[in-house]
Amino acid sequence: MAENQRILVCAGTGCASSGALPIIDILNDEIKRQGLEETVTVVGTGCQGFCEKGPTLVIEPQQILYTRVTGEDVAEIVSQELVKGERVERLLLVDQATQKPVSSMADIRFFSKQHRIVLHNCGVIDPKKIEDYTARDGYKGIEKALKGMSPEEVMEEVKKSGLRGRGGAGFPTGVKWGFCRSTPSDKKYIICNADEGDPGAFMDRSVLEGDPHSVIEGMLIGAYAIGADEGYVYCRAEYPLAIKNLGIAIKQAKEAGYLGDNILGSGFNFHLKIFEGAGAFVCGEETALMASIEGKRGMPRVRPPFPAVSGLWGKPTNINNVETWSNIPHILRNGADWYSQFGTEKSKGTKIFALTGKVNNTGLVEVPMGTTLREIIFDIGDGIQGGKKFKAVQIGGPSGGCLPEDMLDLAVDYDTLTQAGAMVGSGGLVIMDETTCMVDIARYFLNFSKKESCGKCTPCREGTTRMYEILDRITKGEGKEEDLDTLENLAITIKETSLCGLGQFAPSPILATLKYFRHEYLAHIHDHKCPAHNCTALLSYSIDTEKCKMCSLCAKNCPTNCISGDKKTNTPYVIDVENCIKCGTCMDKCKFGAVSRA
Amino acid sequence: MEWLTLTIDGREVSVPKGTTVLDACRMNNIPIPTLCHAPELTSAGACRLCVVQIEGMRNLPPSCVTQVAQGMKVETQNPKVRNARKTILELLVANHPLDCMTCQKMGDCSLAEYAYDYGVTGTVYQGEKRCLPIDDGNPFILRDPNKCILCGKCIKACTEIQGKSILDFSFRGFDTQVGPAFNLPYNESDCDFCGSCVSVCPVGALTEKQMAGKGRPWEVSKVQTTCPFCGVGCNFDLNVKDGKVIGVTSNPEVPVNGKALCVKGRFGMDMIYSDNRITTPLIRKNGELVPAEWDEALDLVATKLGEIKKTYGPNSIAALSSAHCTNEENYLMQKFMRAVIGTNNVDHCART
Amino acid sequence: MTNSINEIPNVKAMFVIGSNPTEAHPVIGTKMKQALAKGAKLIVADPRCIDLAEHADVWLRLRPGTDIALINGIMNIILANEWENKEFIAERTEGFEKVREAVQQYTPEVVSKITGVPVEQLQEAAKIYATAERASIFYTLGITEHTCGTDNVMSLANLAMLTGNIGKESSGVNPMRGQNNVQGACDMGALPNVYPGYQQVASPEVRAKFEAAWGVPLDPNPGFMIPDMFGAAVSKDLRALYVMGEDPVITDADANHVRKGLEALDFLVVQEIFLSETAKLADVVLPGASFAEKTGTFTNTERRVQMVNQAIKPIGNAKTDGEIICELATRMGYPFNYESSAEVMQEISKLAPQFGGITHERLGTQGLQWPVPHAEHPGTKFLHEGKFNRGKGLFMAIENQLPAEMPDEEYPFLLNTGRKLSHYNVFTQHSPSLGDHSPEELAEVNPSDAKKLGIEDGEVVQVASRRGELKTKVKVTERVPEGMVFMTLHYFDSPTNVLTNGAYDKVTKTYEYKVCGVKISKIN
Repeated sequence: MAENQRILVCAGTGCASSGALPIIDILNDEIKRQGLEETVTVVGTGCQGFCEKGPTLVIEPQQILYTRVTGEDVAEIVSQELVKGERVERLLLVDQATQKPVSSMADIRFFSKQHRIVLHNCGVIDPKKIEDYTARDGYKGIEKALKGMSPEEVMEEVKKSGLRGRGGAGFPTGVKWGFCRSTPSDKKYIICNADEGDPGAFMDRSVLEGDPHSVIEGMLIGAYAIGADEGYVYCRAEYPLAIKNLGIAIKQAKEAGYLGDNILGSGFNFHLKIFEGAGAFVCGEETALMASIEGKRGMPRVRPPFPAVSGLWGKPTNINNVETWSNIPHILRNGADWYSQFGTEKSKGTKIFALTGKVNNTGLVEVPMGTTLREIIFDIGDGIQGGKKFKAVQIGGPSGGCLPEDMLDLAVDYDTLTQAGAMVGSGGLVIMDETTCMVDIARYFLNFSKKESCGKCTPCREGTTRMYEILDRITKGEGKEEDLDTLENLAITIKETSLCGLGQFAPSPILATLKYFRHEYLAHIHDHKCPAHNCTALLSYSIDTEKCKMCSLCAKNCPTNCISGDKKTNTPYVIDVENCIKCGTCMDKCKFGAVSRA
Repeated sequence: MEWLTLTIDGREVSVPKGTTVLDACRMNNIPIPTLCHAPELTSAGACRLCVVQIEGMRNLPPSCVTQVAQGMKVETQNPKVRNARKTILELLVANHPLDCMTCQKMGDCSLAEYAYDYGVTGTVYQGEKRCLPIDDGNPFILRDPNKCILCGKCIKACTEIQGKSILDFSFRGFDTQVGPAFNLPYNESDCDFCGSCVSVCPVGALTEKQMAGKGRPWEVSKVQTTCPFCGVGCNFDLNVKDGKVIGVTSNPEVPVNGKALCVKGRFGMDMIYSDNRITTPLIRKNGELVPAEWDEALDLVATKLGEIKKTYGPNSIAALSSAHCTNEENYLMQKFMRAVIGTNNVDHCART
Repeated sequence: MTNSINEIPNVKAMFVIGSNPTEAHPVIGTKMKQALAKGAKLIVADPRCIDLAEHADVWLRLRPGTDIALINGIMNIILANEWENKEFIAERTEGFEKVREAVQQYTPEVVSKITGVPVEQLQEAAKIYATAERASIFYTLGITEHTCGTDNVMSLANLAMLTGNIGKESSGVNPMRGQNNVQGACDMGALPNVYPGYQQVASPEVRAKFEAAWGVPLDPNPGFMIPDMFGAAVSKDLRALYVMGEDPVITDADANHVRKGLEALDFLVVQEIFLSETAKLADVVLPGASFAEKTGTFTNTERRVQMVNQAIKPIGNAKTDGEIICELATRMGYPFNYESSAEVMQEISKLAPQFGGITHERLGTQGLQWPVPHAEHPGTKFLHEGKFNRGKGLFMAIENQLPAEMPDEEYPFLLNTGRKLSHYNVFTQHSPSLGDHSPEELAEVNPSDAKKLGIEDGEVVQVASRRGELKTKVKVTERVPEGMVFMTLHYFDSPTNVLTNGAYDKVTKTYEYKVCGVKISKIN
């Protein structure tokens, strides 16, 4: 039994919704009951990243990971692990490749292949305690800046690091700061864009929840470099825990003298507020975000003027997203040279991806730029669920594109992905297997884009709906060959003429799937078939009378009562295709494989 | 002033610094279609119809908000640009009623004009169309949101010309609408009915109710004149068809008010044809005012005034001239009193 | 106006007093809102919470009839803070010391007591107006329609001169004329004491010029002003009245007195386009033509002479007013032979120096702002640049004066009158659409008064003054302060001017439309 152990219980939104929060209390009770309170501390941390296996907890210092823990497991964990130092085998992760349980995080590829800079503290510290942050060199970056560096030097350091905006566009951060810095004004603002809207992406939320001080420190450094004295964190209201933890952090930072007037006696002032957004995807766009803060309808406006010249309330404003800001303290603390050793020639540092879909290990992963898709999906992600075949990966959310299997060895960075027809975007990685229909997936993303279109510019407002309608027709088998030309023409026009990024990138899923999976479109149109057997309108179920034993199980379970037959009269079981809703229940229920889908 | 040189469709032109590509084109008679642009309003860059291709620029930038840079190479009519514009027009037409034959805006509709120019068929995109209630609950403005192309000019006119901000976008994406807050009809909102929104609408979404069915643009002659209500002196165009005033449209070129007018100036001209107009002289006979010929009436007045002048002197006669009549008529009235009657007893409602 | 309407968007501080531009001069109201959008400051002095008051940096809710005290108080504060423009006062004005002396007693505390405006607001207003780069005063009938109207105007002139806010672009004193061509009617000498171009009837040289031009001897004595006419009619000093395009029974104060005067006449001729209340009393009614049916010019409030162009023929058997006058003159033995209104303008330009360079042709689509002394002159955008008409601007020490009739026990409410957006005088009632949109008078009454009177929003009540009574619907609103009732002059069914007081300003004889005592009673 080790001295001074810590149990890190993931209390991020993912694990909390899997039931992690009561575990903390139960653990504390159990530890007390078994008389270990002197040597064992329980810490509720931010997201540990392994959401699919949550609730997760880590025993330190041994770095033992337990997954899918429930309250009932607590007593056993305490008596086995903490008292005897033995593993609770059934709660350990099973490696899909070896089919063996692994206990140490060092042996778990999900963790061992990552390189955590931004997530350095996530899942390790208690985000509600500033002392946890400072204990791990927190606020050393701003101290270094204020005590020995001029604003120009800070900006140069960030430029030199090669950090590019993690919000998606990948614009060099230091250069962007320079624009705002060089605009003369009596007042400047900086904003943290925490309006994370891509379906499936949650790295910004996790950072705010798990390490809010790193964002505050990043903004402090930015404000100092730019010459701003006021900042906003624009966070969507759907992130209550992030808002709560950030609110606590701001309060603590103020009390500790890191926020407010005359910070650390330097004469530098900075005030930070949280602004809760109402959850429109388009408010992630800089100008729409600022309109929203100003109390206006969240709609983008044309640029120029750029925010760096005329932003919030007409004043020069610099906006970066959570992940970008969170990188800054590390760059200041460790230097630009340290930072730029990670990544590729033009994309430095690491990137957090939200790995989801048909992959074994889903969760939040941070890897150096240049890591291949294959490493992310098959090493960290531990391959495809159920041993199925990989088909595609959607990168960059609804604005990104699907890449096929032959692109798996692509080293992920801003430029390679854009060239391939996808984008880093906010870092969503949705893995699809052979059962995913690529037309349907394009339709799914278009549905998102059309719903989130603000309605200001014609191509996006009208065009996304028309693209969706065409895709919808194709998935129903009502498509025509010329639809593909119409779709392609429309997609290109929308991409080239829309006002903001939402519209410009809304056609990306279509253009990418047309490029790599055109055959699937053609199968829907020509053969009225969905190769992935996914598009219900194109499916038909039938019963093979040869195999049918007339057990009636299918008929009994059919929700629309459209299967008829009778063993007594030897009337064969048939499906009434008119009323069949193609739910597949009959196929699942049949023990003899008599029901087939075509 | 600094001048910049750029090339538009292979032609070298010079424009002052700060000019947009759209204005540079228009200064040089190069046509660019626009729906959301109006010179008197700030640019929204929303309709995207004015896109052009500019060497070295990503995508197709909208010319209305892109400023000219030295050496810029602009193409306004190449197939790529024309195709993009045609696609945008197809999208707008796909969600627009095709009842042009009975639309009040026929002949003055920008969407129809460009759709025709670009060979738009209206058949490319088949799908959902809006079906929203028409707002006709006021005597002045007919608002058909189904015809709205969401260019946003009415919103800007309400804010930037009238200073009211009654209108804004509501809902999102394909469901976006323009209207007063809470989707109220105009007459339940704080609308002043200045009609600036109508004056900038490029399609038939906002039309003058009184002019509905009264005349087509090509049948109407426009006569610029000065408003007879209040001392601001707004000018506007009386729209005349077959010798009859059918309504008022504002004229951006007029000196005082440009396109701005108030509810009275824009919509009150139906007073010309009021049933209360006097259309023939009247003479009091046996206590009643009865119709008379001009000669009889004028002779009577001349005789009576002559008699009174003779009997009681010129200062027993007075006149009230009019702040509603023209300068020339006021001049004539005071001259009549001073030179013909011989008195300075002439005044008018000078103080209200 | 000393300045032009399109200079308004560039004003830095606007002082709007006794004026409700967004309703009475709507397009000027929009220009003011454009100035606000560009960051201009706004001071509104009005007892009612007019639309602009809601946009104002300072809203001075003064008691009616206390304008002079307010302005003197603002001047007192300006002097106390040394915000006055010493250079301007020294170089361009005279009589300043008397004003300095006179305003001494108008301390902020004293003025606050008289006007009901808090001291801080007075100070804020003084600061905004006096320290702005380009400040303009805008006033309308809320200043002039008082028995001390002339003194009110002179007080404003004092204020402008004190701060040098006159004679510059976007900076001046701007009375906004109410009627479409009230400026022109004055310019044309439709006044009993001046010929066209404000040339004095009493001046022998001027008279000689007009006698020569018109070929007849002219009366050297000024004639009756409107308020004198009705009394003169009753006393039989006046026997005949020729009314063109006016409806004094509705528009003049103390309408019952006006009616009595008209009824006493031997002969009344009314030339009108509608059968007005005055026309109904006439012996002969002559049908005139509307603006759409004739060609001529109107002069707006910024002195811009603009074309009125004929669009249609006169309706029915009607004739243009000019044509009727010419026919009458000819029948009375002095032929008026004018081919067109353009020819009349040629005669005007010869006789009135400020119109010297004006012809219909030159006016074109843009008009010209007088003075236009000669054919090449481009017109005058703003007045008093470098020099006032009389040379130096004359400061006048003015003391506060009470209105002629204040509310008392019997008539406890103060009646205030004005215009509303959807109507213009009594004409627009003849527009079916405007009539439909805004069909009836809605007398504004404060909620606490309504409660005391036991009346509800929309209820029809009786309003009476010493001179008359009427019925009107009520709108219960905070727009008016307690003790005030506000009515417009637009409606035949609620003819407000039967209530108003016939007392008038001693110089201009402008009626005190803005203040009189009334009582409100419930019907039934």
